[in-house]
Amino acid sequence: MDHFPTNWGRPRNDAADPYGTYPIHQRPATKDTFAEGVQRTQQPIVTGTSVLAIQYKDGIMMAADNLASYGSLARFKDIQRLHKVGTSTVIGASGDMSDFQAIQTLLDEVVTDEFTHGDGHDLGPAEVHEYLSRVMYSRRSKINPLWNSILVGGFRDGKRFLAYVDLLGTTYSAPSIATGYGAYIAIPLLRAAVDGRVDELTEENARALLHDCMRVLFYRDARSLDKYQIATVNASGVHISDQIHLDTSWSFAEGIRGYGAQTQ
Amino acid sequence: MPDGSFAHPQQRQFNPYTDNGGTILAIAGADFTVIAGDTRQSEGYSIQTRYAPKVFRLTDRAVLAVNGFAADGNMFVKKVKQRLEWYRHAHAKDMPLHAIARLIQTMLYAQRFFPYYVYNILGGIEEDGSGAVYSFDPVGSYEREACRAAGAAQSLVQPFLDNQIYFKNQKAAAGQSHPAHLPLSDVLAIVIDSFTSATERHIEVGDGLEIYVVVAKGRSPQGLETMRNVQELSTRPDGDRMFILRRELKKD
Amino acid sequence: MFRNTYDSDNTVFSPQGRLHQVEYALEAVKQGSAAVGLRSKTHAILLALKRSFGELASYQQKMYRIDDHVGIAIAGLTSDARVLSNFMRQQAMSSRMLFNRPAPVNRLVAAIADKAQINTQEYGRRPYGVGLLVIGQDKQGPHLYEFSPSGNSYEYYAISIGARSQSAKTYLEKHYETFADCTLEELIKHGLHALRETLQQDKELTINNTSIGIIGPGGAHETDVTLEGDFRILEGEVIEVYLQSMTPKETGEAPHQPPPAGEVPAAGASTTADEDVQMED
Repeated sequence: MDHFPTNWGRPRNDAADPYGTYPIHQRPATKDTFAEGVQRTQQPIVTGTSVLAIQYKDGIMMAADNLASYGSLARFKDIQRLHKVGTSTVIGASGDMSDFQAIQTLLDEVVTDEFTHGDGHDLGPAEVHEYLSRVMYSRRSKINPLWNSILVGGFRDGKRFLAYVDLLGTTYSAPSIATGYGAYIAIPLLRAAVDGRVDELTEENARALLHDCMRVLFYRDARSLDKYQIATVNASGVHISDQIHLDTSWSFAEGIRGYGAQTQ
Repeated sequence: MPDGSFAHPQQRQFNPYTDNGGTILAIAGADFTVIAGDTRQSEGYSIQTRYAPKVFRLTDRAVLAVNGFAADGNMFVKKVKQRLEWYRHAHAKDMPLHAIARLIQTMLYAQRFFPYYVYNILGGIEEDGSGAVYSFDPVGSYEREACRAAGAAQSLVQPFLDNQIYFKNQKAAAGQSHPAHLPLSDVLAIVIDSFTSATERHIEVGDGLEIYVVVAKGRSPQGLETMRNVQELSTRPDGDRMFILRRELKKD
Repeated sequence: MFRNTYDSDNTVFSPQGRLHQVEYALEAVKQGSAAVGLRSKTHAILLALKRSFGELASYQQKMYRIDDHVGIAIAGLTSDARVLSNFMRQQAMSSRMLFNRPAPVNRLVAAIADKAQINTQEYGRRPYGVGLLVIGQDKQGPHLYEFSPSGNSYEYYAISIGARSQSAKTYLEKHYETFADCTLEELIKHGLHALRETLQQDKELTINNTSIGIIGPGGAHETDVTLEGDFRILEGEVIEVYLQSMTPKETGEAPHQPPPAGEVPAAGASTTADEDVQMED
């Protein structure tokens, strides 16, 4: 996936005028949307940026901010990008938010079907990830991708699970994973703190680490927000936090030419 | 169109492929085969994970290494395994190696116009007890060889193997000839050296190394069992034996 | 043969509220040689009696592997069983493809039961002429199910189906409370004793006419069993040790109980295959 929003192009040019805001004689000639056949997702429209996740002593922890951007416009500032699936799994998505919502609906259906069997068998994080991989890969194979990078995390039968799947169906698992700009900015910080220390990392350590990374991302990623949520999955189940605000300091900017009040 | 001009019509198209780096390698001995791959998975300049296996056990005597686009590779292995399971249901035995090779050809060629972007190397023991390596291109062309490297560092490793396994550009000592097959210890040394060297010179190779060794029924594993980080995967004591040998590679 | 009115079409009830075609299908199961299933805390096993159609013929196949964790034994029409086992294999594979999860055993059984039910309700179809015993293991441990052409399926501690299976059932009902704590060897011994009850007077269990299917950890006489205790079928030489372990049947004093009603050979039975059971009217 191309994680550089600058390459994503401009927001869609709406030719239609559904609310009749133009006088009739000024209205542009209506264009038949389907004249050139059915369109598939060729680029994401409303997008979420990075998702971060790590394994820690008692389970996994995942973080994503609450912004959904429309190109460079900070369009929706109260969007939840973490979603609970079943009893022991959480997913977090970057990329196209409408595709992600379709995925949420799909997974909820699968979980419901599983529940209605009523036989004590349900889907853990590994099963959810496998299923999601099949969905993402089959959509890419139809050249009709779901434009997301998704992290799947969970804790079940005393085992942590953390894995990635994207619009190509590419999958992998690691102690710390990040999508989007997080893969460039947060991963070096996360790997330094997590790799080889998963069993020592406490919940407080993990929370502080993700908090730090979210702040760095907010400073550097122009499509990010200072409001985010953390999902924790451990023996006590799935918990998605309330919104957390990042405390940031921009005073350093005062001294930088072209940034603060100075003009020269 | 960053400048907003429509002078040159452009078309943006979703690209269903990517390259996840890594390298695989297999060498056939007289009565054994070694199949190896590194465990790094990358995209562009990012290391996605340091442990993503590329080498898979198919049967008691067949191992498949896949390299290229990881999503295609994993799917392909999964489908091959299911075809082998149906064979097991129908015939109550494992598919022989040469038959798996032909199966892989037809499965790859079936996707001739939307190929699996994967280079396959199949290794194992034939029904006559000889070690064998089959290498494939993404659309199913294949041949049986003594050795083959594929993937990101193919261009670094294959010339080395040509020299060390096929003795290319080497002259045998007067009155002597090159051996037809090398012993297991020599082959393992060559495999490990290949990967440490590829790790030095190729950014997409490194992190970890998994080496599968299949030894024909009744033949000696030549001291392999006592090496460090070796795990035996054989399901029955009286059949072919399979081992996996793990080594660290540099992570930078 | 017997004939009822209201039996030419399975979608029509008889005035007594019965579906005669479905009941005939249940009779087809009773024509097949017997299969027995038992379960302990650690194992589920199947035992089946293989018929041979003559000195020159091979013995029939009575057991099928569905997946590593599921196996079946059949009684009735082998060709119908192949259709069902193939379907179960597809379901098991699809579960592994979609979720990388072994299919829950109860869902495999429910899936074929649903297929069988459709055949009892839709016009132009016929019920399957085969009954299955399904053993499997999952997170909850070992399981044993019976599937019948009527679309019913039940879970059991122990059960038998096929010709003269009532005799085996009688044995199982007498001993089932001890099965839970049995070792694999003891469980197989009970199974063989139960299976023996279904034999005709002059026949006995041999390495040629007996199949044993096992799920659970390897036993004392087994080699090559995976750590997970995957399904395996024992036939031929390897079952000799289990046959030897059987308590010889007291020949003199224990007179054979008369077979229960419903399995009494009809008067004119001598013209048909000896092990076949005639239906009542």
